[in-house]
Amino acid sequence: MKIDIILAGVGGQGILSIASIVGHAAVKKGLYMKQAEVHGMSQRGGDVQSHFRLADREIYSDLIPKGQADLIISVEPMEALRYLPWLSKEGWLITNSKPFVNISNYPEEAVLMAELDKQPRKVVIDADRIAKEAGSSRSANMVILGAASPFIQIEFEAIENAVQEIFGKKGEEMVSINLQCLHAGRDFAEQHKDN
Amino acid sequence: MSKLLLLGDEAIAQAALDAGLSGVYAYPGTPSTEITEYIQHSKQAVEDHVHSEWAGNEKTAMESAIGMSYAGKRALVCMKHVGLNVAADPFMNSAITGANGGLVVLVADDPSMHSSQDEQDSRYYAKFALLPTFEPANQQEAYDMTYEAFDFSEKYHIPVLLRVTTRLAHSRAGVARKAVRAQNPLKIENNPKQFILLPANARIFYRELLDKQEPMEKEAEKSRFNRYFQGKDKSLGIIASGIAYNYVMENFIGSESPYPVLKISQYPLPVRMIAKLVDECEAVLVAEEGYPIIEEQLRGLLNRTGNTKGRLDGTLPRDGELNPNLLAKALGLPDTVGAPVPELVTPRPPALCQGCPHIDTYVALNEVMTQYGPGKVFSDIGCYTLGALPPYSAIYSTVDMGASITMAKGAADAGLSPCVAVIGDSTFTHSGMTSLLDAIYENTPVTVFILDNSTTGMTGGQDSHAFGRLGAICKGLGVEEEHIRVINPLRQHHVENVKIIQKEIEYQGVSVIIPTRECIQTLRKRVKAKKNND
Repeated sequence: MKIDIILAGVGGQGILSIASIVGHAAVKKGLYMKQAEVHGMSQRGGDVQSHFRLADREIYSDLIPKGQADLIISVEPMEALRYLPWLSKEGWLITNSKPFVNISNYPEEAVLMAELDKQPRKVVIDADRIAKEAGSSRSANMVILGAASPFIQIEFEAIENAVQEIFGKKGEEMVSINLQCLHAGRDFAEQHKDN
Repeated sequence: MSKLLLLGDEAIAQAALDAGLSGVYAYPGTPSTEITEYIQHSKQAVEDHVHSEWAGNEKTAMESAIGMSYAGKRALVCMKHVGLNVAADPFMNSAITGANGGLVVLVADDPSMHSSQDEQDSRYYAKFALLPTFEPANQQEAYDMTYEAFDFSEKYHIPVLLRVTTRLAHSRAGVARKAVRAQNPLKIENNPKQFILLPANARIFYRELLDKQEPMEKEAEKSRFNRYFQGKDKSLGIIASGIAYNYVMENFIGSESPYPVLKISQYPLPVRMIAKLVDECEAVLVAEEGYPIIEEQLRGLLNRTGNTKGRLDGTLPRDGELNPNLLAKALGLPDTVGAPVPELVTPRPPALCQGCPHIDTYVALNEVMTQYGPGKVFSDIGCYTLGALPPYSAIYSTVDMGASITMAKGAADAGLSPCVAVIGDSTFTHSGMTSLLDAIYENTPVTVFILDNSTTGMTGGQDSHAFGRLGAICKGLGVEEEHIRVINPLRQHHVENVKIIQKEIEYQGVSVIIPTRECIQTLRKRVKAKKNND
């Protein structure tokens, strides 16, 4: 078993907390894991990505080979498309639909959505709205993780437990909001993953 | 013991602590920063009183580490590759003095220049200095090799260069720890001349250094980090050093390499192992992350055999970071790639944060500089380097730490007028103070902006040595008091700031303008931490 994930977003959007939750769950299961992160200059509002690899055998490369990622998980729609060369022919693209516009030549939203629509296997979800409804606009990344969870071969319960452990320090309310976001994302993906 | 999930950098830090480290010395620099930060936040380090304060620059860090080694204790010094240029003087000479307590020099190279101005390969420095290099391939080796590097250093009384690259430094994996070793007792070297590099002594120690090369090469031949894997197909042999080994093996998952593979992680190069591979194979592919240092030696100036493949014959690209796809192509295996990037995807370059004090400084500076035309503002290394990009396009140079002031001076000497330098507070104390002194000595007409955001911003907000004393430093160096101007870079002070800048630029001598406002990132962190504590 192996699962290779490209996590994408803009510096400061919290892609690394998605990685740390899945990593936490995976390591408890005794899986091998490698996760290459971007630190330094690009974190200042630039595009950031993380190569996240899980397997039941030793992992060599810290980087996922192009054309072999099973999933792209993105908290920003244009950033999701930036990593298509890494996605395998059977891979799924899970992305937030809410653009993060910090450049003047950001594509028109309609054009961007039309491009996303062309992708054969995808879940496009308004994670910002769902997170806001749940009571924490900063938990959009947990909605995205929930939407990606049906495609990650780790029991959902293990991911829930990891959320509980990682947000535990921030109090019961944060745990419950983040779990709610996780569930909302998962439900949406279960309903929309066939089209 | 269960495995810890650690970045390569963190694995190095934990290994050093477990090996009985007494002090780490470093100046922040991507991708090496996290090593020192890990030690600063480690409970184990606090309990064992391990020194971990930041140093002023890489040279002072290297020298302090030599001092700790002199006193018999184990020291680690960390820097990014270009930091070794700054520390080159003590580094080269530490090979001649040798080490007393274990001395490990960690250098993190940055192929593909993710956060750097070049992709120089530190293995050349080690070869130049005749020092051994340890080059781990993965996080576990980063831990194990760091741990063992201290023993090696003490066994041969020699500093060890530990070389990693960005990918390993910033990638996380499970790491198993070894037993914690106690720190060394205080004990100075038996030979009182050992650290006195008078020519008469240095000649003797240099010969001793030369004599160490053969036994160190023998160590490399039997090192468990250098491994020879047999392969049936002798049409090709593969030499893979450091992390490049992973990219080779990624192409043989689920099977074994059909070709013999020599993995190299410990130098001086294991020449016998290399000879064995060359003798039994028709051609050799050399995969190394960084410059083709092994390939170049194997190929030789004349390339008489013509059967060495790698970065020099185009089998692999001459520059940039390696990856599994590049190795697939080099090995003649089918390459994989997904769909192309749609045209609408536009680059999203890094930018100054909203609310960053540098923005207000650049807006005011640009307003004044318009009348003088482009090309007259020299800058330095830090967040404010992003002022080179639109919408500011405010600066015309970024070369090395401290160069803004001295380049402005040189251009002024050449007759360019006016000449303005823009440097951060931490970069100023790293390497700008002597530059300023040069300008003061000749009263060169330069205006120096020291952007005081009270932190080392680009690397994530480490404390700055200049904190609270920039004005005093400038005055002490000899800048006239009336030409040291502290301004508050905020939109509401724009008109007033423009006036001050205009006046100081017109002044025909050294003036220093210090725009002072805290980095928006550290401010946010501080407010958040306070809120959590309340």
